[in-house]
Amino acid sequence: MNASEIGEFLVVLLILIGSIISVISALGIIRFPDVYTRSHAATKSATLGVLLSLTGAFIYIWLTDHFISVRLILGILFVFITAPVSGHLIIRAAYRSHVEMTEDTVEDELKPVLNDKR
Amino acid sequence: MRKTNDLILQTVTKIVSFMIFMFALHIFFAGHNNPGGGFVGGLLTSGAIVLLLLAYDLKTVAGSLPIDYKILIAVGLLFAVGTGLGSLVFDVPFLTHAHDIFTLPILGETHLHTAVLFDIGVYLVVVGTTMTIIQTIGENE
Repeated sequence: MNASEIGEFLVVLLILIGSIISVISALGIIRFPDVYTRSHAATKSATLGVLLSLTGAFIYIWLTDHFISVRLILGILFVFITAPVSGHLIIRAAYRSHVEMTEDTVEDELKPVLNDKR
Repeated sequence: MRKTNDLILQTVTKIVSFMIFMFALHIFFAGHNNPGGGFVGGLLTSGAIVLLLLAYDLKTVAGSLPIDYKILIAVGLLFAVGTGLGSLVFDVPFLTHAHDIFTLPILGETHLHTAVLFDIGVYLVVVGTTMTIIQTIGENE
């Protein structure tokens, strides 16, 4: 097993794990009860899946074409920065428009704070 | 209405909008040999400005980028027509482009092409048109 085979193995592993995590994230979006838990599945694991796939593609291009794709690095950085923020904004909009939580919710710590301000 | 706390969105916008600006410039200059060019570069630039508009309000962005986008359209069209008319000076048909390899002080050997000037025109017109449309719709007066 030489170095390029180890690299290819790494690439395969990264892209496989990335796609599996994306599938798990999609399952989470279907299975979870309310919008907050769904966003938890959608932002966190989908971001990780995309990041792993992009890293795999980056290493693959680096190994086969000997070309360091700055666009892929930028894409990884960009998704890493923006995806959590988009999740935060969507969920904040949902909370402010009084979207119901699931019935299993034990505590809503944000509610008294927001009510005090109002 | 209560004033909302947009700290996370505004902080991220400060970083991300510069990333989009730089990527737009990259796409613009890569247009000759790679996918990209004036149109996509212009759209990306206006995308960055729209992100600034989303995170801040219209007045703040107009204060930090004091550009009249209608004038930008006119300047872009002048660039496009100017590169076309420039070819008439050298007694060749309208819009004939010229290119050559120059040795610049820092960049070394560079392939310069007058089509880039035409592309700057496209870029400015696209940025101007998009921002004019969005700002006209966005103003609620």
